[in-house]
Amino acid sequence: MLAERADRREHLLRDVFLQDIYAIPGGEKIKECIQCGTCSASCPTSYAMDYTPREVIAAFRAGLLDRVLKSNTIWLCASCYYCTVRCPSGIKLTDIMYELKRLAIEFDLAQEGAKAPVVSKLFVDNVNKNGRVSEAGLVSKFLLKTNPLGILKMVPRAIKLLIRGRMQLIPHRIEGIAEVEKCLAAAASLGLHPGPSEE
Amino acid sequence: MNKAYDRSARLVSRLLNIDLAELDDWNCCGASAYISIHELKAHLLSARNLSIAEKKKKDLVVVCPACFTTLSKTNHYLAEDRKFRRTISTALKSANLEYWGGVKVRHLLDVIVKDIGENEVKSRVKRKLSGLRVAPYYGCQLTRPFGEVDDTQFPMMLDTLLSWIGAQPVSFPLKAKCCGGLLMMTSEEVALGLNKNLLDCAAQNGAECIATICPLCHMNIETYQGDVNKRFGTNFHIPALYFTQLMGLAFGFSRKELGIDEEMVSSRVALEKYLEAAS
Amino acid sequence: MVEKIGVYICHCGTNIARTVDCKAVAGYALGLPNVVVARDYLYTCSDPGQEMIKNDIRESGLTRVVVASCSPLMHETTFRRAVADAGLNPFLFQMANIREQCSWISENRELATTRAKAIVGAAVMRVEFNEPLEVQKVPMNPNVLIVGGGIAGIEAALQIADSGKRVYLVEKEPTIGGYMARFDKTFPTLDCAACILTPKMVSVGQHPNIELLSYSDVTDFSGYVGNFTARIRRRPRYVDEEKCTGCGQCEQKCPLSVLSEFDCGLGKRKAIYRPFPQAVPSTPVIDREHCLFFTKGVCRVCEKFCPRGAINFEQKERFIDVQVGSAIIATGFDLFDASRVKEYGYGKFPNVITSLEFERLTHASGPTVGKIVLKNGRTPESVAVVHCVGSRDNNYNEYCSRVCCMYSLKIAHLVREKTDAKVYEFYIDMRAAGKGYEEFYKRLLREDVTFSRGRVAEITDVAQNSSENGKLIVVAEDTLLSIVKRIPVDMVILSVGLEARRDALQVAHIFRISRSKDGFFLEKHPKLAPVSTAGDGIFIAGSCQGPKDIPDSVAQGAAAAANVLSLIDRKEVELEPTIALIDEDSCSGCKICIGLCPYNAISFDEPSGHAVITGALCKGCGVCVAACPSGAIEQQNFTNRQLTAEVEAICA
Repeated sequence: MLAERADRREHLLRDVFLQDIYAIPGGEKIKECIQCGTCSASCPTSYAMDYTPREVIAAFRAGLLDRVLKSNTIWLCASCYYCTVRCPSGIKLTDIMYELKRLAIEFDLAQEGAKAPVVSKLFVDNVNKNGRVSEAGLVSKFLLKTNPLGILKMVPRAIKLLIRGRMQLIPHRIEGIAEVEKCLAAAASLGLHPGPSEE
Repeated sequence: MNKAYDRSARLVSRLLNIDLAELDDWNCCGASAYISIHELKAHLLSARNLSIAEKKKKDLVVVCPACFTTLSKTNHYLAEDRKFRRTISTALKSANLEYWGGVKVRHLLDVIVKDIGENEVKSRVKRKLSGLRVAPYYGCQLTRPFGEVDDTQFPMMLDTLLSWIGAQPVSFPLKAKCCGGLLMMTSEEVALGLNKNLLDCAAQNGAECIATICPLCHMNIETYQGDVNKRFGTNFHIPALYFTQLMGLAFGFSRKELGIDEEMVSSRVALEKYLEAAS
Repeated sequence: MVEKIGVYICHCGTNIARTVDCKAVAGYALGLPNVVVARDYLYTCSDPGQEMIKNDIRESGLTRVVVASCSPLMHETTFRRAVADAGLNPFLFQMANIREQCSWISENRELATTRAKAIVGAAVMRVEFNEPLEVQKVPMNPNVLIVGGGIAGIEAALQIADSGKRVYLVEKEPTIGGYMARFDKTFPTLDCAACILTPKMVSVGQHPNIELLSYSDVTDFSGYVGNFTARIRRRPRYVDEEKCTGCGQCEQKCPLSVLSEFDCGLGKRKAIYRPFPQAVPSTPVIDREHCLFFTKGVCRVCEKFCPRGAINFEQKERFIDVQVGSAIIATGFDLFDASRVKEYGYGKFPNVITSLEFERLTHASGPTVGKIVLKNGRTPESVAVVHCVGSRDNNYNEYCSRVCCMYSLKIAHLVREKTDAKVYEFYIDMRAAGKGYEEFYKRLLREDVTFSRGRVAEITDVAQNSSENGKLIVVAEDTLLSIVKRIPVDMVILSVGLEARRDALQVAHIFRISRSKDGFFLEKHPKLAPVSTAGDGIFIAGSCQGPKDIPDSVAQGAAAAANVLSLIDRKEVELEPTIALIDEDSCSGCKICIGLCPYNAISFDEPSGHAVITGALCKGCGVCVAACPSGAIEQQNFTNRQLTAEVEAICA
């Protein structure tokens, strides 16, 4: 039973993943992977990943996306684009990583305690509400959620930044926020498939 | 966190007759953290900025490579993919906006080096930064993935600009390697390791300071330099300055005007010989 | 006269019959004007099928024949021959394609049958206006031009010359031998390249039927099969080939050394030089770009010391014209420029070298007399061999260069044989498809070479720990373990891919050869005609057609020779009569057609003021026919009457 459910979810993941990937210009190149490993060796953080970038594509081919989404791999991608630039098959690996991040959040498969999804969600909320990001707000909310004690560690740095005038405390709300809201609402209905509901 | 970048960029641009007007009511372009959740919406946010710029009949100049990449990607996809174009147009229309793809997105470094050029820049130099050994740090997203601004792995633009203002760009093999970006917040250990490599390489090549073109790189490499030292038992003390701050110095602006005292890793020692006249 | 048309609808087994109702089409055909015989048959191209047609021609007195079956490319020749056999002019036969253009592209039986009827109807209406054309025969000049003196060209030259025909072998370099002359050992047998090549080179040099035109190139090539004229530029060596004995005194005495191209710039040669000791011809050549006499007007030492007075600074470039009946282009390849892959540091790091540079190092007559050393003269303790440089890569060349896996194994073997260095092979796949190749791979596995599956991402000198100091660090994922490795080595050898020659475009223009997407010369058919080109009488052989190893190059050289000898043996060449003809009265002399002809078949006759087509050059492409604003040009077997009849039948 469990195996069946997992199988169905894998199919759904795969379908959604492919649909989105093919929508990116050049996305269909993922099929041309020759498993050469250039991406893994070019990646500055692959040494810390559960699955190397090349393995991610191998897992996709083997119908094992599930385990990749549950791993730490995608959250360690720094979007440096080295893989994309060097790939002999022209695969847009960084964009694939973004897509996997989206899927992991949407299907709620992200690792327990993974910090990156939290940051991203806060970032999105911030932007959707104000049109711009307020770093102070973002960082403090983030720390509250992931590492409340870390706030103590941050305080001295925050103070230093404040003193030097490098941090704004009050978020700036843009005037055209209504425009932004309308666009985003339209996108939600037009989108290839809707993202997770905002908090 | 980068008021200094903003100020120095405006000062320098004004002097070079680059007419920079802040984009009216711009919104976040939807880079990295945003696009990790919503691809379409991120492109929409970029598209809004582009539509505002198009109405003003101006090109869009950015100082942040992440913004540059997201805005460029939006432009590229709009040009290459008809379905994407239709979706974006429909969404924009719901807010009475439209974008026809006519806006060029440029990074300020690109504008200065390619459009303004050597003669103009050199003519403005009042204080040559002779002998200041600078490691030019490009980071990732200026040249990657499109490679339209400079070589994707071994760019030379910033090196060239630094030599124009009289500084001495040192050999910096890791010049386009990653600083970790947002990973400093979410996987600090990994990001610190990356920055250690960068600082190591800069130090080995005799750099007295690092020139940056990205606010996130700047923060990682200097605001967290202390953390790098603590974690790895190193003793780095290499200040990082925005390229516009270095230009501003060369053009004769004061330290205060350029926000040069706002860094965490003080540049006082490195810039000593150039700063007597600059306060 | 009323024509009697025979129509045959082929089933082609089930290829056509599955989708098209052949009986119905045959019935329909019988109802068309002037059709006296209409049959459907299972395999019309078979012997009994052809017999059936011949019988009908003889017994029913057919004057036209239509076969509705596959593409003319398949069996038009078959049926034309059958028809001719029965005494009817082969051009009174018309083929209708109801397979590739009908049954193979339809799923709906009703629609397909309707379509087939239309196609057949069109052919029937058209064939009425077919004219009995006569095939033009032109004499075949038995001389052969071979361009390129590498192993493929040498093989072709020897085969043809041995059969008694005259060969003009043109080689750009001062010596023949091509790339093979620069190799040390060849895979998989580890034969010494020079040992197996030089006997053939000598044979070429001494063969009475081969005129070796070295240090020369072809500047113009005109004419048509059986009757070509080649203009060859003979560059001045400044040494008289007749007088020179190849004693080498001049080379010894010459005071000026420059970098040797043959040694990839790793060694030196004199300004008067032979590229390598066994060069054929053995006459040296003076490099006028560096020679002190030509640049500064001094020296002339070689002239002083030459015992035969063979030095002649007065020599000039001269052009000769030769008449040949066919040509074989065997111009070879060039290597991928490794400096394009910036992350490998070629050109930046002195000890990152290419495979060819390694060949020169390990070669007994190379710059280091066969010793494998680093730029500082020391022996490397560790060597990395990097596969697929510039190949299998969308950023450079998409194709696989075929030979690099094998030569990389050979390189590993040579390093292990000559030094104690640890050797690492970084590969993506191991391609060992030829005879003895897989066994050679096994041999290398036994020789303690460390194989690591994973393409090298970069080569850097930025050390991350003390064991990496002063080394070149190769960064690659071991994909079989999913571990990213940093391997410090002393020397890196890049297995660069093969590319079309830099001057391939010019050569293609001169001989009117097409090129495929990858830049190599285009063969007529990738499987069935790999050494022919679209141009009759012009053949290609060796790596100019695509990356290949020595055995295949030799095979292609021999194949091209066989093709040429077959042509020559026929003594006459038949030309397709479906050429274009100009009606002089209608020609206004506008000259539009002349520039459009891809085969340079049209010229302008000043005195009469109109264009003239050289029938033998015309390939019947139809461009001029369409372009002529006066409608003065018609194409045989594709006349306006014929084509209009077809169109009207379809529209009916």
